[in-house]
Amino acid sequence: MRKEPLLNMALLIALLAFPLWAWVADEPFLITLTTRAIIFAIAGVGLNFALGFGGLVSFGHAAFFGLGGYVMGVLAFHAQTYTPVLDWPFVINGTKSMPIVWMVAIVLSGALAVAIGALSLRTSGVYFIMITLAFAQMLYYFTISWSTYGGEDGLSIYVRNDFPGLNTMDPIQYYAICYVLLLIVLGLVYAISKSAFGLALGASRQNEDRIQAVGQGPFGLYLTAFAISGAITGLAGVLHADLNRFVSPTMFSWHTSGEIMIFVILGGVGRVFGPVAGAVLFIVLEHTLGGLSEFWHIYLGAMLLGVVLFARGGLIGLIAGREVAHD
Amino acid sequence: MTKPLLDVRGVSKSFGAVQASTDINLDLREGEIHALIGPNGAGKSTLIKQIAGGLRPDSGTVFFDGQDITGLSTAARARLGMGRTFQISSLAMDYSVLQNVVLGALGRRGDIFRFFRPVMKDADLLATANQALEMVGLEDVKNFMTSELSHGQRRQLEVAVALTLSPKVFLMDEPMAGLGADGSRRLMELLGEFKQMAPILLVEHDMDAVFALADRISVLVYGKIIASGSVDDIRGNPIVRSAYLGEEIDA
Repeated sequence: MRKEPLLNMALLIALLAFPLWAWVADEPFLITLTTRAIIFAIAGVGLNFALGFGGLVSFGHAAFFGLGGYVMGVLAFHAQTYTPVLDWPFVINGTKSMPIVWMVAIVLSGALAVAIGALSLRTSGVYFIMITLAFAQMLYYFTISWSTYGGEDGLSIYVRNDFPGLNTMDPIQYYAICYVLLLIVLGLVYAISKSAFGLALGASRQNEDRIQAVGQGPFGLYLTAFAISGAITGLAGVLHADLNRFVSPTMFSWHTSGEIMIFVILGGVGRVFGPVAGAVLFIVLEHTLGGLSEFWHIYLGAMLLGVVLFARGGLIGLIAGREVAHD
Repeated sequence: MTKPLLDVRGVSKSFGAVQASTDINLDLREGEIHALIGPNGAGKSTLIKQIAGGLRPDSGTVFFDGQDITGLSTAARARLGMGRTFQISSLAMDYSVLQNVVLGALGRRGDIFRFFRPVMKDADLLATANQALEMVGLEDVKNFMTSELSHGQRRQLEVAVALTLSPKVFLMDEPMAGLGADGSRRLMELLGEFKQMAPILLVEHDMDAVFALADRISVLVYGKIIASGSVDDIRGNPIVRSAYLGEEIDA
């Protein structure tokens, strides 16, 4: 039990030390690589909230990741072309301000998650997986045909968005922004997991009869969890779009949903820091194995198989052991 | 006689050609233990589900505390004051014993949409939870994982969670199933105490327990209540003896 917090702390310190070293060593590429890991981690933390804590196996979290990306892309596109996003019935202008873009993305992704959740939470199991997948694919094909914003080619944004007081084009400064956001999201998810809501949600995951027998319904719990989950993954989408200064329909594709799920499973389902470990491992593998062979996914697949078969707690569970309630 | 707290009137339910409940009338009054007995497949669990929620009768009405609850969800019925224990322990297995009882207390209080305050430090909920654990004698294992408990302890925990709901009635579906002699005796003593708090509708297989505890007994056979009355009435009832008890008493 005591090992897991230590491991988590070590992970956070490593994620601070490595980019700082890269900065000193003047290796901006490695900083950007770690930034990607951080952003994937946030996306994974989002999915883990639904999947790990609520038991909702969503195979459509690309919908929120992509929506976040397009919120950033569309707002920045209009800001750089000096055209309004909407001129009737009221004028909405584009913006390059990160905090505003984040808020818009969080609210819209949360709202999208409520809409998708309200429909798909009527089902469970395989049907839930398929319906969430279907919603994400709908958005994928919609953006492909949405020529205003580049259609299949996506949208390029010339300059990264602004954050007051920082030079966001400096890799280490943009890294700092993402790192702090990851800390906030982790803190939030940790607090919720220990709260009344967290207790009730976990009970619904384990046993729906139980939560009903104590007078509460699982639907509201699931829907709220799904909304929070979607909002977090949406935030990750914004950061990803800002990192690359590019958005495309790929963000909505089922590959993206699958990758986010891989972070969660590799790292440890239902553990607050699981997706962080998973995303870091994914990036490390992609970077090292990807250099050896373009078919590195074979090794990733083998590893995933190993985790699913032999280490259900993922990387965190493998190192820290099974969580027990008493010492 | 007091007005019944729980009143099942003319409830029928069939699954295809199988008539699981036929025109069932049953009530539960303040301060009593009303036992529902019957051989396997008699429709006891089907009936409990129609009372506690989860199955809607084809016809008939279930009144609880004067209110028609036939169409209400399981959760709504629990909120009205039905404390149910399951035939097969239905607990949050990955939680500690304490977490399971705190969950009960939380469900009772109703404020599940709180996101930041640590629930396991909530003095109110802990007090309710610890009291319930003490009553059933599980305070020593409260920090154990529920999955580590013995079968008997799980049954006790089911009862403890029901207690945290401070229910108006207890619905207990074979609480003694699978318990040893010791466990059964312990639970019987507890049930004797609990009926002062809230009456108990007890579905039970253990005849000794039923005859020792119950104030009234109803006998369910093939979906029909064939007899209902005091312990002595049932013991002496020739229809019951031939339909059900005969074999068991001789055995």
